[in-house]
Amino acid sequence: MSTQSTRLAARLMVAPSVFVLFIWMIVPLAMTLYFSFRFFRLLTPERSGWVGFTHYLWFLNAPDFWLALFNTLALVGGVLVITVILGVLIALLIDQPVKGQGMLRILVIAPFFVMPPVAASIWENLFMHPQNGLFSAIARGFGQQPILFLENYPLMSVIGIVSWEWLPFATLIFLTALQSLSSEQLEAAEMDGASPLNRFRYIILPHLTRAITVVILIQTIFLLGIFGEIFTTTQGGPGSASTTLPYMIFKQAIVAKDIGRAAAGGIIAVILANIVAYFLMRGIGRHLDN
Amino acid sequence: MGKIQLSQVRKSFGDVDVIPGIDLAIEDGEFVVFVGPSGCGKSTLLRLIAGLEDTTSGTIAIDGKDATHLPPAKRGLAMVFQSYALYPHMTVRKNIAFPLKMAGMSDAEQAARVERAAKVLNLDSYLDRRPGQLSGGQRQRVAIGRAIVREPSAFLFDEPLSNLDAALRVGMRQEITELHQSLKTTMIYVTHDQVEAMTMADKIVVLNAGRVEQVGSPLELYHSPRNLFVAGFIGSPKMNFLEGAEAARHNAATVGVRPEHIDIVDGGPWQGTVGLTEHLGSDTFLKVTLDTGETVNVRASGEVGLHHGDRITLAPQAGKIHRFGADGKALA
Repeated sequence: MSTQSTRLAARLMVAPSVFVLFIWMIVPLAMTLYFSFRFFRLLTPERSGWVGFTHYLWFLNAPDFWLALFNTLALVGGVLVITVILGVLIALLIDQPVKGQGMLRILVIAPFFVMPPVAASIWENLFMHPQNGLFSAIARGFGQQPILFLENYPLMSVIGIVSWEWLPFATLIFLTALQSLSSEQLEAAEMDGASPLNRFRYIILPHLTRAITVVILIQTIFLLGIFGEIFTTTQGGPGSASTTLPYMIFKQAIVAKDIGRAAAGGIIAVILANIVAYFLMRGIGRHLDN
Repeated sequence: MGKIQLSQVRKSFGDVDVIPGIDLAIEDGEFVVFVGPSGCGKSTLLRLIAGLEDTTSGTIAIDGKDATHLPPAKRGLAMVFQSYALYPHMTVRKNIAFPLKMAGMSDAEQAARVERAAKVLNLDSYLDRRPGQLSGGQRQRVAIGRAIVREPSAFLFDEPLSNLDAALRVGMRQEITELHQSLKTTMIYVTHDQVEAMTMADKIVVLNAGRVEQVGSPLELYHSPRNLFVAGFIGSPKMNFLEGAEAARHNAATVGVRPEHIDIVDGGPWQGTVGLTEHLGSDTFLKVTLDTGETVNVRASGEVGLHHGDRITLAPQAGKIHRFGADGKALA
């Protein structure tokens, strides 16, 4: 695959898909950028014109913008911490040889196949509901007042729900990584006098760094845009307590029908995603190389 | 110190008896080789001694103390694995220092011991590399280095040379033997290669289907194999076995003659036709079909001008004929 003609052929073959992907990416981006500088409300389509940075300034001055920014990062960070730590522990657990291992693994992976709004509804109505929920029943069983999850701890509740959805993904990646660890390495460490905890710290964890990096990068991409779970449960509330940047954009675009402002919010979200990506790649990207 | 005593050690996986019961004494400072065909239980036996597998019954005593239920780290043994099992994310230095670090040794002591081991094994210039940047032979040396820094009472080697190419294998074989001579520590070495066993061992343990077939020095096994299995396994090329009339003439069920103990002479008792010839320069291997229909391998030293289809007569050397009874055991 390295003669002149094969290289040229390869480029020609790849060219159409690169072209389509580029158009696919650049057209929406350019349109969003265009609308973010325009006055464009769906309820008054006859009014239009250039507004400069007005929409951006509106966002930066909006009372809940900085909270939404914090919430977005807290959601991403919180879910990452929970899924990575619990994912490693669960993967270690289901890597052990037990009866019914196949069934067990399918059960562990199952939440990943539940759609986000469904998962959120299940949690809202079957677990966190103040009257009918399992948690309130447990609380009452101990003679306690039920905890009002979505009212008093809205962001943490959303983090919990999203973690439950993404835990299987992390667990699965870590499990496959664990299975590629040679048993002779663990035996050598055992002969070398390493306790189980030291074997985890010096052998298993370093072996998992690449898998952890992959999980963090992939999950960050999806978690930055989390919307369905918030929409189904807290609607961004109470007040703006669980509003994230995507949810704020949704409110401008669909509720207020202000396309110009929503577009400016979208561009801010793109910038935020790039900043996060930059720091992620600087911080942990080197683990992807050999 | 490094005296290891196995008494009635048995190991079964489920219903399968991998090792039906072995008694074996390994003396301090000995170089013992476990040899046998694949699946004979030699690696399992080594892992039992290391403590990586639990014995089903029987006891393992190390230096006179019962170690049957001790965890691997407490047995004072070091092991070199077939895959080397180096820690890929650590430098050579950290790999070698790992057992010392786990033992809670001070940094200065660790550094001193790593330095000493590196000097013995010629690893000085590789200490800051990772295992992935080393060749097979160098990785092997790092694995040995990791074993010797602990100053164990015995070393366990699990087919350590099987991943190396032929030339390197000969070199490492000599290095390990020299290491044994300078350290004078007990070494137990598992291999399926009888050449490694013959060249390195003070004592060879021939295993077959989990049983000890014979224990002895390399030349003892070569000169007086106790049964057909040992006779066929030790020595290269393999010993020739003849049955029927030739065996009956010697009052045995089977007679065995090694290829190097057959002479090509005029008027010998065996007539045959040369089939295959392999000219190695120093030796010539001939595959001869006897007129009785049996095939024997002959090793003639030097160059022999014989080719496919030539008629020759052969004579086994007197006193070099091994006789075996119908049960496969050697007859006195």
